[in-house]
Amino acid sequence: MAEAQGGRSLVVDAVTHRYPSGALAVENINLDIKGGEIIALLGPSGCGKTTLLRIIAGFIAQSQGRIIIGDDIVDALPPNRRAVGIVFQNYALFPHLSISENVAYGLAARGIDKATRQREAQRLLELVQLPAMAERLPRQLSGGQQQRVALARALAIKPSILLLDEPFAALDKNLRLDMQIEVKRLQRVSGITTLIVTHDQEEALSMADRVAVLSHGKLEQFGSPSDVYDRPQTLFVNTFVGSTNRMPGIVVSADRTAAKIRLDAGAEIIARPAAGALTEGGRVTVCIRPEHLQFVGDETGFAGVVGMSLPLGATVVHEVTTADGSGVKISQARIGETRALESGAAVRLAPLAPSLANAFPATL
Amino acid sequence: MGAAPASRDVISYGMGLAAPLALFFLLFFVAPLLQLFWLSLHNDTAGLHWGLGQYLHFLTDPFSLSVLGSTLLLGAEVTAVCLVLGFPIAWLYQRVGPKLQTIIILIVLLPLLTSVVVRTFAWIVILGRQGIINATLQSLGIIDTPIKLLYTQFGVVIALAQVQMPLMTLPLITALGRIDPNLDDASCSLGAGSWRTFFKIVLPLSLPGVIAGCTLTYAAAITAFITQSLVGGGQMLFMPMYLYQQASTLQNWPFAAAISIIFLLAVLAVVSVFTTLGRMSRGYGGV
Ligand SMILES: Nc1ncnc2c1ncn2[C@@H]1O[C@H](COP(=O)(O)OP(=O)(O)OP(=O)(O)O)[C@@H](O)[C@H]1O
Ligand SMILES: [Mg+2]
Repeated sequence: MAEAQGGRSLVVDAVTHRYPSGALAVENINLDIKGGEIIALLGPSGCGKTTLLRIIAGFIAQSQGRIIIGDDIVDALPPNRRAVGIVFQNYALFPHLSISENVAYGLAARGIDKATRQREAQRLLELVQLPAMAERLPRQLSGGQQQRVALARALAIKPSILLLDEPFAALDKNLRLDMQIEVKRLQRVSGITTLIVTHDQEEALSMADRVAVLSHGKLEQFGSPSDVYDRPQTLFVNTFVGSTNRMPGIVVSADRTAAKIRLDAGAEIIARPAAGALTEGGRVTVCIRPEHLQFVGDETGFAGVVGMSLPLGATVVHEVTTADGSGVKISQARIGETRALESGAAVRLAPLAPSLANAFPATL
Repeated sequence: MGAAPASRDVISYGMGLAAPLALFFLLFFVAPLLQLFWLSLHNDTAGLHWGLGQYLHFLTDPFSLSVLGSTLLLGAEVTAVCLVLGFPIAWLYQRVGPKLQTIIILIVLLPLLTSVVVRTFAWIVILGRQGIINATLQSLGIIDTPIKLLYTQFGVVIALAQVQMPLMTLPLITALGRIDPNLDDASCSLGAGSWRTFFKIVLPLSLPGVIAGCTLTYAAAITAFITQSLVGGGQMLFMPMYLYQQASTLQNWPFAAAISIIFLLAVLAVVSVFTTLGRMSRGYGGV
């Protein structure tokens, strides 16, 4: 088939799932994932990420739609015949089996002889850099080490798809970074199509080739990290991914690529109509990220008064109160001559570029 | 700072609280046990000659040994029946909705809400010559003459199994409930079928519950005087009844005392085998 290094493609075709209790957990989700890609499923708690993952793994039969792995529709296959590896959030290592028995478990289920099993388990433990732990029990390992074992166990069956449910949520920040790099490395080596569930946007943006953003069971956007961050298609995506200032305004004039908007804060700016054409005179919400605002000296931007300044390491964030009383954050790189801003100083702000201000029709 | 003395206080306080119970045990358990032991060291009923005669008598008497043997065997059979029937119930309990769970727990606990005597008489009604089973089989034409169920080993095992079932099922339910349901899914996604998952994951992880259930059921089954004697009848003799006959009917107190001690040691031996197994399997339960 077309897939390069063994990773098979995965198609989620119009999948809807309603739990017997009546909760509509996922609604008409379409994902077309190429073999070997890393995809992040990103969304707030309760948006249906785990449900979608369990549908792909075969633990839940979806109410509607199809799952296609490679060229096969797998809806009729039970989880043990889908060749989908899954790493659970709590690792779900078998507590009574040694580390190497855990890793070899899937091979034993396939009837592979003991010597081969042990050799393979050892190879995988070396791959996840735990060769000396083979004889220990899971509870004798740290959280990060258990995570690696869970990964090795899932990889042992040479799955065509690897699913990870919030794999790093329980790890502290440094370890999380290590594991993210580790998983990315393993994924590159093995070329396995990988789906990572996360509610951590940084994780999604840094690890994935493409990010699927979910909200209330619906797919909001499916695109590259830079698409999702810089060209969000919905207000939800813009506010959920990264931080942003939401500024209300009214459309003065608009075409497909640019709209002139009069902000309630008191300036006219050019913005990008992010969710399709805007109607003249309609209310809009303009989203501008703190790092996409700049102080301007002339009369172009909107006026405000500096409130508090927070030095956050490499950047400084200033809180500015605008004329209509709403708060706006602006962040500046902390370079040598960054102006120290007094609280109460009058400033003017403007977006760095029109394409960095996204206008969405106001929903209220 | 103040943690160490404070915690010591707590401990001594705890000991003080346990004192009434300790006294109670000393007075009504340890003392009678010692008296029993002292009694068993007499070679004659009059209590004039000291010695190990009663023990020698028991251990060289084929009849006494056969009673001990059949009692221990009875315990094993009842335990096995309870385990085989109780495990699926406990397993089912963990996999059904909350409504069915309530029903299952009610069915499991129901036997505990009626007196053992009542339950045993119910079994006599069911197993008797004109009992429910025989009547049904006869009316269906499967048998001509009633089969003997009452006063048989089979009858005793079935009745005891029903009476002791909660002692097996409750620990099993607890043990199975402690197993992370993700382990099932993990096993399945690694390619294991349900049988492999059961034997490699569920069963080993439920071992602490199995052992606790077996210990309780076993100890309860071999000492169940009422059910054993009523369902077993005159022909089947087990240790509790044997003991009762020696003490009450024959007034042979020293021999009865020796029987008690031997029975106690036999039970302790079996129970300690179970607890050792339990300790070995404790690691399985995870954290
Ligand atoms: N077994 C279930 N029965 C009924 N409703 C469920 C069940 N599991 C989940 N839900 C509901 O479906 C929705 C999606 O749940 P899901 O577990 O997929 O969310 P999630 O995105 O994984 O959230 P989190 O980030 O908190 O793990 C939620 O509203 C939840 O209440
Ligand atoms: Mg989840």
